[in-house]
Amino acid sequence: MEEGLRLKVGLAEMLKGGVIMDVVNAEQAKIAEDAGAVAVMALERVPADIRRDGGVARMSDPEMIEKIMKVVSIPVMAKCRIGHFAEAQILQELGVDYIDESEVLTPADEVNHVDKQAFKTPFVCGATNLGEALRRLGEGAALLRTKGEAGTGDIIEAVRHLRQIRRDIKLLTTLDENEWMAEAKRLQAPYELVRMVARDGRLPVPNFAAGGVATPADAALLMQLGAEAVFVGSGVFKSGNPAKRAAAIVKAVTFADNPAELVKASKGLGEAMSGIARDEIDPAGRLAGRGW
Amino acid sequence: MRIGVLALQGAVSPHREKLAAAGAEMVPVRLPEDLAGLQGLILPGGESTTLLNLLGHTGLMEPIRAFAGSHPLWGICAGAILLARQVENPAQPCLGVMDVTIRRNDYGRQNESFITQLAVTLPAETESVPGQSHLEEGVFIRAPKIIRAGEGVVVLSRHQGSPVAVFSGSSAGHLATTFHPELSAGHLFHRYFAAVCAGTQTQTSRMARAPGSATA
Repeated sequence: MEEGLRLKVGLAEMLKGGVIMDVVNAEQAKIAEDAGAVAVMALERVPADIRRDGGVARMSDPEMIEKIMKVVSIPVMAKCRIGHFAEAQILQELGVDYIDESEVLTPADEVNHVDKQAFKTPFVCGATNLGEALRRLGEGAALLRTKGEAGTGDIIEAVRHLRQIRRDIKLLTTLDENEWMAEAKRLQAPYELVRMVARDGRLPVPNFAAGGVATPADAALLMQLGAEAVFVGSGVFKSGNPAKRAAAIVKAVTFADNPAELVKASKGLGEAMSGIARDEIDPAGRLAGRGW
Repeated sequence: MRIGVLALQGAVSPHREKLAAAGAEMVPVRLPEDLAGLQGLILPGGESTTLLNLLGHTGLMEPIRAFAGSHPLWGICAGAILLARQVENPAQPCLGVMDVTIRRNDYGRQNESFITQLAVTLPAETESVPGQSHLEEGVFIRAPKIIRAGEGVVVLSRHQGSPVAVFSGSSAGHLATTFHPELSAGHLFHRYFAAVCAGTQTQTSRMARAPGSATA
């Protein structure tokens, strides 16, 4: 792995076992940091509001992102639209620590994603299966996450994406070398990356979970399914007691396989975000289908 | 030999292979009872604010301080921040077991992260690590800077004049690096730390004290 990519993946390594929280202002960012978040995602509207409001969702105002960067000492991430390399250039210039090329925003290009190798700032991208994950890595992403179904509070899609990627990797390791090229063709993924995963039995970068996390138990479920950290979008600040819920989810990620600790973390958190079940959403309105 | 890695958050897993290569078994530490029977403890890279938060929640702060009185600790990046006596940018609580002042994120944000070659000089008493002068890769990620090293703190390596690897010979002997040896190909620092831990083990058995007794 070349040096630039090692530094990008290196920061992802430091975020492992942590929770990255969506925040829309400096006050929320501070609450997230105090609750033990390893990073915050600065954006103007959480996915639940983007879903409710409709219209075109774009990169957030740099001034708002900058305010958040000033108020917390932890890494700050921000989102650009799929394929919108000019937004990504602005975020890099601003100095955010990670750029999320996100399906939560309205895509800017219906064919191409951003050439992420051209950037010094690392990128995280969503993936629903191994082929999609390896295409993003081929473009230069340094960190992967499930897409889940953002803004719903329904965990079903994140679970499906984690299981799918895990199954795809396992299947790949059962193939012999003569089958790798055909599998690369089937996955629509770069051959070199297919070969690497077949050989190592794991992705070359960390894979985090995102999309629909609303409770400590949701976070624990995703960690036990192999996620290495968890993004929480609307789940914290759309709940009855954000500070308490944020701290509880942080603990649930650390103690994902310790039910006694999970009982403590889950108690008395007040209302979870009310949410919307995936099956209540018209398939055309689902965000996980965005990205190519 | 069993060496613990604080496993509350951060880059824990890369240490398993590195410690195995240094002849030690990695033990994840999440609760105070996990410290029993360990010869040393690594405080890994991660986010120091998150680690502090979880150290408070798990009640590990005092047990680790007690452990540090008789066993070596190695703090890496965020872990080095935890070891320090004083932290700046912003000021925050710390274990205070190593007499250094450290300033968080002093090289800048992620865009200013870098990899460089470091000249490393290890103290003479580590016979198990061959040679004293080494050239090692240093991976610096949103790294802190050691801006003051107290008396008794030996500087093992510098970058642009600032200490980036230090060893404190007082008490059990603690190591702090502001860069990430677990992300490089070399094994020097893991071997060195294992040697320090082994030395403590010998000393401990000589004093007829069971390992881990400090945590009881």
